[in-house]
Amino acid sequence: MVATAVAIARMRSLFATVMLAGVFSLLSALLFVNLDAVDVAFTEAAVGAGISTVLMLGTLALTSRVERPSSRSPVIPLFVVIATGAMLIYGTLDMPNFGSPDAPAQLHVAPDYFYGTEKDIKLPNVVTAILASYRGFDTLGETAVVFTAGIGVLLLISGLRTRRRRDEDEEEDET
Amino acid sequence: MSWEFIVGHLPYWLFITLMMTGLYIVVAKGNYVKKIVGLNIFQTSVFMLYISIGKITGGTAPIFPLDLEVDPETVYSNPLPHVLILTAIVVGIATTALGLALIVRIREEYGSIEEDVILDIEYRLTQHENAVHGDAMGGRA
Repeated sequence: MVATAVAIARMRSLFATVMLAGVFSLLSALLFVNLDAVDVAFTEAAVGAGISTVLMLGTLALTSRVERPSSRSPVIPLFVVIATGAMLIYGTLDMPNFGSPDAPAQLHVAPDYFYGTEKDIKLPNVVTAILASYRGFDTLGETAVVFTAGIGVLLLISGLRTRRRRDEDEEEDET
Repeated sequence: MSWEFIVGHLPYWLFITLMMTGLYIVVAKGNYVKKIVGLNIFQTSVFMLYISIGKITGGTAPIFPLDLEVDPETVYSNPLPHVLILTAIVVGIATTALGLALIVRIREEYGSIEEDVILDIEYRLTQHENAVHGDAMGGRA
Protein backbone atom coordinates (compact mmCIF):
# COMPACT_ATOMS: atom_id res chain seq x y z
CA MET A 1 0.00 0.00 0.00
CA VAL A 2 2.84 2.37 0.76
CA ALA A 3 4.21 1.55 -2.69
CA THR A 4 0.87 2.43 -4.30
CA ALA A 5 0.68 5.72 -2.40
CA VAL A 6 4.22 6.74 -3.37
CA ALA A 7 3.52 5.79 -7.00
CA ILE A 8 0.46 8.07 -6.91
CA ALA A 9 2.61 10.90 -5.61
CA ARG A 10 5.15 10.51 -8.42
CA MET A 11 2.84 9.70 -11.33
CA ARG A 12 2.20 12.46 -13.82
CA SER A 13 -0.63 10.88 -15.82
CA LEU A 14 -3.86 11.66 -13.99
CA PHE A 15 -5.64 8.65 -15.48
CA ALA A 16 -3.12 6.26 -13.92
CA THR A 17 -3.33 8.21 -10.66
CA VAL A 18 -7.06 7.67 -10.44
CA MET A 19 -6.72 3.97 -11.25
CA LEU A 20 -4.04 3.58 -8.58
CA ALA A 21 -6.32 5.35 -6.11
CA GLY A 22 -8.91 2.65 -6.84
CA VAL A 23 -6.29 -0.05 -6.21
CA PHE A 24 -5.38 1.67 -2.95
CA SER A 25 -9.02 1.64 -1.83
CA LEU A 26 -9.40 -2.04 -2.64
CA LEU A 27 -6.23 -2.92 -0.72
CA SER A 28 -7.48 -0.96 2.26
CA ALA A 29 -10.77 -2.88 2.08
CA LEU A 30 -8.78 -6.13 2.33
CA LEU A 31 -6.97 -4.71 5.33
CA PHE A 32 -10.30 -3.87 6.98
CA VAL A 33 -11.41 -7.50 6.57
CA ASN A 34 -8.21 -8.51 8.33
CA LEU A 35 -8.99 -6.10 11.15
CA ASP A 36 -12.45 -7.69 11.67
CA ALA A 37 -14.32 -4.71 10.24
CA VAL A 38 -16.31 -6.45 7.53
CA ASP A 39 -19.01 -3.76 7.27
CA VAL A 40 -16.39 -1.08 6.81
CA ALA A 41 -14.61 -3.26 4.26
CA PHE A 42 -17.53 -3.60 1.93
CA THR A 43 -18.51 0.04 2.27
CA GLU A 44 -14.94 1.00 1.40
CA ALA A 45 -14.89 -1.39 -1.58
CA ALA A 46 -18.18 -0.05 -2.92
CA VAL A 47 -17.69 3.64 -2.16
CA GLY A 48 -13.92 4.11 -2.29
CA ALA A 49 -13.02 1.78 -5.13
CA GLY A 50 -16.32 2.11 -7.00
CA ILE A 51 -18.11 5.43 -6.77
CA SER A 52 -15.16 7.74 -6.16
CA THR A 53 -13.20 6.24 -9.08
CA VAL A 54 -16.18 6.81 -11.36
CA LEU A 55 -16.58 10.40 -10.11
CA MET A 56 -12.89 11.13 -10.67
CA LEU A 57 -12.96 9.64 -14.17
CA GLY A 58 -15.96 11.86 -14.93
CA THR A 59 -14.03 14.90 -13.74
CA LEU A 60 -11.04 13.92 -15.87
CA ALA A 61 -13.31 13.63 -18.90
CA LEU A 62 -14.51 17.20 -18.27
CA THR A 63 -11.04 18.61 -17.56
CA SER A 64 -7.55 17.50 -18.55
CA ARG A 65 -5.63 14.26 -18.28
CA VAL A 66 -2.03 15.29 -17.76
CA GLU A 67 -0.47 17.06 -14.83
CA ARG A 68 1.97 19.87 -15.47
CA PRO A 69 5.23 19.66 -13.57
CA SER A 70 5.08 21.98 -10.58
CA SER A 71 7.45 24.92 -10.44
CA ARG A 72 7.66 25.00 -6.64
CA SER A 73 10.34 23.20 -4.71
CA PRO A 74 9.22 20.21 -2.62
CA VAL A 75 11.51 21.07 0.31
CA ILE A 76 9.05 23.02 2.48
CA PRO A 77 6.15 20.53 2.08
CA LEU A 78 8.54 17.66 2.79
CA PHE A 79 9.73 19.40 5.95
CA VAL A 80 6.17 20.10 7.11
CA VAL A 81 5.13 16.50 6.43
CA ILE A 82 8.11 14.99 8.25
CA ALA A 83 7.57 17.28 11.25
CA THR A 84 3.88 16.38 11.44
CA GLY A 85 4.65 12.68 11.07
CA ALA A 86 7.25 12.81 13.82
CA MET A 87 4.75 14.47 16.16
CA LEU A 88 2.10 11.87 15.36
CA ILE A 89 4.53 9.02 15.98
CA TYR A 90 5.49 10.66 19.27
CA GLY A 91 1.76 10.65 20.05
CA THR A 92 1.46 6.90 19.44
CA LEU A 93 4.16 6.12 21.99
CA ASP A 94 1.59 6.36 24.78
CA MET A 95 -0.88 4.10 23.01
CA PRO A 96 -1.44 0.49 24.07
CA ASN A 97 -0.02 -2.25 21.88
CA PHE A 98 -1.85 -3.13 18.69
CA GLY A 99 -4.57 -5.72 19.41
CA SER A 100 -4.21 -5.72 23.17
CA PRO A 101 -7.50 -6.75 24.85
CA ASP A 102 -7.09 -4.53 27.94
CA ALA A 103 -6.68 -1.25 26.06
CA PRO A 104 -8.89 1.58 27.38
CA ALA A 105 -10.85 1.66 24.12
CA GLN A 106 -11.96 -1.93 24.74
CA LEU A 107 -13.01 -1.55 28.37
CA HIS A 108 -15.61 1.23 28.56
CA VAL A 109 -18.54 1.39 26.15
CA ALA A 110 -17.93 -1.65 23.96
CA PRO A 111 -19.06 -4.26 26.54
CA ASP A 112 -22.23 -2.23 27.15
CA TYR A 113 -23.00 -2.23 23.46
CA PHE A 114 -22.49 -5.98 23.25
CA TYR A 115 -24.69 -6.58 26.28
CA GLY A 116 -27.43 -4.23 25.06
CA THR A 117 -27.46 -5.60 21.54
CA GLU A 118 -27.84 -9.11 22.84
CA LYS A 119 -30.50 -8.32 25.46
CA ASP A 120 -32.48 -5.36 24.08
CA ILE A 121 -32.17 -5.10 20.33
CA LYS A 122 -31.78 -8.79 19.53
CA LEU A 123 -29.94 -8.20 16.26
CA PRO A 124 -27.02 -10.45 15.38
CA ASN A 125 -24.96 -7.64 13.82
CA VAL A 126 -23.69 -5.31 16.54
CA VAL A 127 -22.47 -2.71 14.05
CA THR A 128 -25.97 -2.33 12.60
CA ALA A 129 -27.48 -2.06 16.07
CA ILE A 130 -25.14 0.75 17.09
CA LEU A 131 -25.42 2.55 13.76
CA ALA A 132 -29.19 2.61 13.61
CA SER A 133 -30.11 2.65 17.26
CA TYR A 134 -27.51 3.80 19.80
CA ARG A 135 -25.94 6.30 17.43
CA GLY A 136 -28.96 7.04 15.28
CA PHE A 137 -28.40 10.78 15.53
CA ASP A 138 -24.92 10.39 14.02
CA THR A 139 -26.48 8.63 11.08
CA LEU A 140 -29.11 11.37 10.79
CA GLY A 141 -26.36 13.98 10.71
CA GLU A 142 -24.50 11.97 8.10
CA THR A 143 -27.59 11.89 5.89
CA ALA A 144 -27.92 15.66 6.28
CA VAL A 145 -24.28 16.11 5.19
CA VAL A 146 -24.75 13.89 2.14
CA PHE A 147 -27.94 15.78 1.24
CA THR A 148 -26.18 19.14 1.50
CA ALA A 149 -23.27 17.89 -0.59
CA GLY A 150 -25.71 16.61 -3.22
CA ILE A 151 -27.40 20.02 -3.43
CA GLY A 152 -23.99 21.69 -3.69
CA VAL A 153 -22.87 19.42 -6.53
CA LEU A 154 -26.13 19.97 -8.39
CA LEU A 155 -25.88 23.75 -8.03
CA LEU A 156 -22.27 23.78 -9.22
CA ILE A 157 -22.77 21.49 -12.18
CA SER A 158 -26.35 22.24 -13.27
CA GLY A 159 -25.79 25.34 -15.37
CA LEU A 160 -22.95 23.71 -17.32
CA ARG A 161 -24.68 23.20 -20.63
CA THR A 162 -26.62 26.49 -20.68
CA ARG A 163 -23.47 28.42 -19.77
CA ARG A 164 -21.54 26.75 -22.58
CA ARG A 165 -24.24 27.66 -25.07
CA ARG A 166 -24.26 31.27 -23.85
CA ASP A 167 -20.48 31.50 -24.22
CA GLU A 168 -20.69 30.22 -27.77
CA ASP A 169 -23.37 32.78 -28.58
CA GLU A 170 -21.24 35.59 -27.22
CA GLU A 171 -18.28 34.46 -29.28
CA GLU A 172 -20.42 34.45 -32.41
CA ASP A 173 -21.61 37.95 -31.59
CA GLU A 174 -18.06 39.16 -31.27
CA THR A 175 -16.88 37.77 -34.58
CA MET B 1 11.93 0.33 23.74
CA SER B 2 11.44 -3.39 23.94
CA TRP B 3 10.95 -5.57 20.90
CA GLU B 4 7.34 -6.18 21.92
CA PHE B 5 6.68 -2.44 22.06
CA ILE B 6 8.06 -1.91 18.56
CA VAL B 7 6.06 -4.75 17.03
CA GLY B 8 2.92 -3.56 18.86
CA HIS B 9 3.24 -0.04 17.49
CA LEU B 10 4.47 -0.82 13.98
CA PRO B 11 0.94 -0.87 12.47
CA TYR B 12 0.25 2.63 13.80
CA TRP B 13 3.53 3.89 12.36
CA LEU B 14 2.76 2.39 8.95
CA PHE B 15 -0.63 4.10 8.92
CA ILE B 16 1.02 7.39 9.87
CA THR B 17 3.48 6.96 6.98
CA LEU B 18 0.55 6.52 4.60
CA MET B 19 -1.17 9.54 6.14
CA MET B 20 1.89 11.68 5.59
CA THR B 21 2.18 10.52 1.96
CA GLY B 22 -1.37 11.76 1.44
CA LEU B 23 -0.64 15.05 3.19
CA TYR B 24 2.47 15.52 1.04
CA ILE B 25 0.40 15.07 -2.14
CA VAL B 26 -2.13 17.62 -0.89
CA VAL B 27 0.51 20.22 -0.02
CA ALA B 28 3.12 19.77 -2.72
CA LYS B 29 1.19 18.97 -5.90
CA GLY B 30 -0.35 21.75 -7.95
CA ASN B 31 -2.98 19.75 -9.79
CA TYR B 32 -6.38 19.88 -8.14
CA VAL B 33 -7.50 16.34 -9.05
CA LYS B 34 -4.27 15.06 -7.56
CA LYS B 35 -4.90 17.03 -4.40
CA ILE B 36 -8.28 15.31 -4.04
CA VAL B 37 -6.65 11.89 -4.52
CA GLY B 38 -4.12 12.81 -1.83
CA LEU B 39 -6.93 13.86 0.48
CA ASN B 40 -8.59 10.49 -0.08
CA ILE B 41 -5.39 8.64 0.80
CA PHE B 42 -5.03 10.71 3.94
CA GLN B 43 -8.63 9.98 4.88
CA THR B 44 -8.37 6.23 4.29
CA SER B 45 -5.26 5.98 6.44
CA VAL B 46 -7.04 7.78 9.27
CA PHE B 47 -9.80 5.19 8.93
CA MET B 48 -7.22 2.41 9.17
CA LEU B 49 -5.75 3.93 12.31
CA TYR B 50 -9.20 4.07 13.91
CA ILE B 51 -10.13 0.53 12.95
CA SER B 52 -6.79 -0.78 14.20
CA ILE B 53 -7.56 0.70 17.64
CA GLY B 54 -10.68 -1.48 17.82
CA LYS B 55 -8.89 -4.69 16.87
CA ILE B 56 -8.34 -7.33 19.53
CA THR B 57 -5.85 -10.11 18.88
CA GLY B 58 -7.70 -13.38 18.39
CA GLY B 59 -10.99 -11.52 18.11
CA THR B 60 -13.55 -11.93 15.38
CA ALA B 61 -15.99 -9.66 13.55
CA PRO B 62 -18.68 -8.27 15.91
CA ILE B 63 -21.54 -10.37 14.57
CA PHE B 64 -23.42 -12.75 16.87
CA PRO B 65 -24.68 -16.18 15.82
CA LEU B 66 -28.18 -15.97 14.35
CA ASP B 67 -29.85 -17.55 17.37
CA LEU B 68 -28.20 -14.93 19.62
CA GLU B 69 -26.75 -17.67 21.84
CA VAL B 70 -23.52 -15.83 22.51
CA ASP B 71 -20.67 -18.01 23.65
CA PRO B 72 -18.97 -16.06 26.47
CA GLU B 73 -15.61 -17.45 25.36
CA THR B 74 -15.72 -15.71 21.98
CA VAL B 75 -13.79 -12.44 21.71
CA TYR B 76 -15.33 -9.81 19.47
CA SER B 77 -13.48 -6.75 18.19
CA ASN B 78 -14.75 -3.36 19.28
CA PRO B 79 -17.69 -2.35 17.02
CA LEU B 80 -17.72 1.35 17.91
CA PRO B 81 -14.83 2.43 15.62
CA HIS B 82 -16.46 0.48 12.80
CA VAL B 83 -19.66 2.49 13.16
CA LEU B 84 -17.84 5.82 13.31
CA ILE B 85 -15.78 4.97 10.25
CA LEU B 86 -18.82 3.83 8.26
CA THR B 87 -20.25 7.31 8.79
CA ALA B 88 -16.91 8.89 7.94
CA ILE B 89 -16.56 6.97 4.65
CA VAL B 90 -19.92 8.21 3.42
CA VAL B 91 -19.20 11.79 4.48
CA GLY B 92 -15.82 11.45 2.77
CA ILE B 93 -17.35 10.52 -0.57
CA ALA B 94 -19.73 13.49 -0.22
CA THR B 95 -16.85 15.92 0.25
CA THR B 96 -14.93 14.30 -2.62
CA ALA B 97 -17.90 14.75 -4.93
CA LEU B 98 -18.24 18.41 -3.89
CA GLY B 99 -14.52 19.01 -4.47
CA LEU B 100 -14.65 17.43 -7.91
CA ALA B 101 -17.68 19.54 -8.85
CA LEU B 102 -15.74 22.63 -7.76
CA ILE B 103 -12.84 21.52 -9.95
CA VAL B 104 -15.14 21.24 -12.95
CA ARG B 105 -16.39 24.80 -12.30
CA ILE B 106 -12.83 26.12 -11.85
CA ARG B 107 -11.79 24.55 -15.11
CA GLU B 108 -14.77 26.19 -16.81
CA GLU B 109 -13.89 29.61 -15.40
CA TYR B 110 -10.09 29.55 -15.81
CA GLY B 111 -9.49 26.87 -18.43
CA SER B 112 -7.03 25.03 -16.20
CA ILE B 113 -6.87 22.88 -13.08
CA GLU B 114 -3.28 23.75 -12.17
CA GLU B 115 -2.75 25.92 -9.12
CA ASP B 116 0.25 27.73 -10.66
CA VAL B 117 -1.66 28.75 -13.78
CA ILE B 118 -4.66 29.95 -11.79
CA LEU B 119 -2.54 31.98 -9.37
CA ASP B 120 -0.82 33.56 -12.36
CA ILE B 121 -4.15 34.52 -13.94
CA GLU B 122 -5.34 35.94 -10.62
CA TYR B 123 -2.12 37.96 -10.28
CA ARG B 124 -2.50 39.46 -13.73
CA LEU B 125 -6.16 40.27 -13.06
CA THR B 126 -5.17 42.14 -9.90
CA GLN B 127 -2.45 44.03 -11.79
CA HIS B 128 -5.00 45.03 -14.39
CA GLU B 129 -7.46 46.19 -11.73
CA ASN B 130 -4.75 48.27 -10.09
CA ALA B 131 -3.77 49.87 -13.37
CA VAL B 132 -7.35 50.83 -14.22
CA HIS B 133 -8.91 51.69 -10.87
CA GLY B 134 -5.85 52.13 -8.66
CA ASP B 135 -5.95 55.95 -8.51
CA ALA B 136 -9.64 56.17 -7.73
CA MET B 137 -9.19 53.74 -4.86
CA GLY B 138 -6.36 55.77 -3.38
CA GLY B 139 -3.25 54.01 -4.60
CA ARG B 140 -2.45 50.35 -5.03
CA ALA B 141 -5.00 48.02 -3.50
